[in-house]
Amino acid sequence: MQITVKGQMVYVYTGGKPFDRQLPAVMFLHGAQLDHSCWNLQSRWFGHHGFGVLAVDLPGHGRSAGAPLGSIEELAQWVDALLSSVALEQAALVGHSMGSLIAMEAALQFPSRISRLALLGSTLPMPVSAALLDAAWHNEAKAVAMVNNFSHSSSAQIGGNTVPGLWMMGMNQRLMERQKSGVFGCDMNACNAYARPLTDLSAIRQPTLILAGAQDRMTPPKASRALASAIATARLEVLAGAGHALMAEQPDQVLNHLRDFLKQ
Amino acid sequence: MSLQFDTLSLHAGQLPDAEFGARAQPLYLTTSFVFQDTDQAASLFNMERAGHVYSRISNPTNAVLEERIAALEGGVGAIAVASGQAALHLVISTLMGAGGHIVASRALYGGSHNLLEYTLPRFGVQTSFIDPRDLNAWQAAIQPETRLLFGESLGNPGLDVLNIPAVSEIAHAAGIPLLVDATFPTPYLQRPFDLGADLIFHSATKFLGGHGVAIGGLVVDSGKFDWVSSGKFPQLAEPYSGFHNMVFAEESTVAAFLLRARREGLRDFGACMSPFNAFQILQGLETLPLRMARHVENTRAIVAHLAGLRGAEGAVESVIHPDLAEHPDHELAKQLLPKGSSAVFSFHLRGGRPAGRRFIEALRVFSHLANVGDAKSLVIHPASTTHFRMSDEALKAAGIHPGTIRLSIGLEDPKDLIDDLNRGLAAAAKA
Repeated sequence: MQITVKGQMVYVYTGGKPFDRQLPAVMFLHGAQLDHSCWNLQSRWFGHHGFGVLAVDLPGHGRSAGAPLGSIEELAQWVDALLSSVALEQAALVGHSMGSLIAMEAALQFPSRISRLALLGSTLPMPVSAALLDAAWHNEAKAVAMVNNFSHSSSAQIGGNTVPGLWMMGMNQRLMERQKSGVFGCDMNACNAYARPLTDLSAIRQPTLILAGAQDRMTPPKASRALASAIATARLEVLAGAGHALMAEQPDQVLNHLRDFLKQ
Repeated sequence: MSLQFDTLSLHAGQLPDAEFGARAQPLYLTTSFVFQDTDQAASLFNMERAGHVYSRISNPTNAVLEERIAALEGGVGAIAVASGQAALHLVISTLMGAGGHIVASRALYGGSHNLLEYTLPRFGVQTSFIDPRDLNAWQAAIQPETRLLFGESLGNPGLDVLNIPAVSEIAHAAGIPLLVDATFPTPYLQRPFDLGADLIFHSATKFLGGHGVAIGGLVVDSGKFDWVSSGKFPQLAEPYSGFHNMVFAEESTVAAFLLRARREGLRDFGACMSPFNAFQILQGLETLPLRMARHVENTRAIVAHLAGLRGAEGAVESVIHPDLAEHPDHELAKQLLPKGSSAVFSFHLRGGRPAGRRFIEALRVFSHLANVGDAKSLVIHPASTTHFRMSDEALKAAGIHPGTIRLSIGLEDPKDLIDDLNRGLAAAAKA
């Protein structure tokens, strides 16, 4: 569906069913240079199992209009505005990578509006190498290749997709290539510049699930462990063999963890 | 880790078998797959979870082949079907219905031409055929109802090199995808997606398998075409009542076409590939780079040999191959097919139909049959076989002479192939 947030059109995938605000709401926040479709299987499942699903395209990403927002803080405020625009008091947030930063910032800025937090492929801080930052601004094709490589485990780079006939590396590459020019640099910069200290996360009171890929080279499990230690309510699950793109690499395991967590 | 073409040919899509550790790809020769429980079954049917249900829709062995060709072509995914013809039909039936229109190169494989010219009009889909070398003709033939531009990387029988960058630009300016039949070059010699094509299909029966034991087709999606902003493809951008009002382009930004082609095309038309054939084609794909290099090397030697025999006295009148400077696409081939053009080509014999028959009958290494892309060298004389009903005038209009011989160069020792051709030429000269 299309809604208006802060005067801009926003595209929201609702899990294959019309959004029902009477149901428990769950918002999916994608990572840098991606869109809602990275949550395809998980969001569709929740849409058909008693949840109101909001799998958004962040501003300037996918089908959403406008320019990308330049900081995690602004993106968290945008999440708050989006909840208001669909007249929701509260939602669970599920964020991946950059989306996980948005989710944790929203939980700190607007704690009463966030019921639960699921942070996938997450770490704080989330520094971006100078080489990748430079490529994201000035050579997007190179940045796409770098991120595509680093986002997938060694086995995912060979294949064996759970979804029959789809080549995971090609899917992720094309999805990144689809984003408008300038989005990549803006996203990478937002991740790199997010300076909230880890100790701030002790203020998070929502039940929190942290999902990490054992082979994640972007946000290694060691970093996710530190994150879990900083949030008193957090539980960490490490998926054996998974890389950073864990929703695509292990869709069933990710869904099962999210299902058990969000159905509680 | 970023895997290269030769490595992907061997490995893409296939992890060692999790249960028994089998290194070779197991053949899952089964019609159907047991559900874990009723919830999982329902989720599989509703596309909330991924997996296999029934081998008409998907199969683990086929899925490896699909991933592998997608990796080799640089696409987002693929669908394995019963034949190259089934692949072409799957693309067309996914993108249009009655009232749809196609602009196609007139230099097509006969089977494709039959489908477009004679069969699809019965279902309301019309095709305008144009000279693939005439870029203005591609543009001029586009109508409001056009939904596809279609050509072969290397046209039949003149090996017209499709100017994929230029034709794809014309297609995209009109909001239409370009489909390329990439059977002859295979991704080893050319990757059409890198040049601007949106969809590819293969007759996997040919070089991809290479062994001549299995019929199969593959449709590959680049994931580049924007079906929504085009505004011409409600099949992908609007709710589909045949699958719970699913909007395929919302489910998958980059693989909407493949979703519908599998969920509707394989479900309803049912032209799936047998897992047994997928298994066999995978065996061939493992050696694709090695074989294609040898096919091209042998072809170069034979083209040079035959070209050297041209002249007033000899049996060889002319040779049609982009390697030769007089071929109209010689320069374009150097640009778009730098590793070589094709191991399938034609040459014209002096002496018409009788010379053609004598030539064929004298051969001992080349096999006389109606196929191309085998590891073994193949030959056919169109005027006495595939086109035998046609007059000399009608043959000429199709770019075929009474003495045209089509060769598919295999992997034998090139000396044996040249000796065999010389034997045939000597016989033809006596006709």
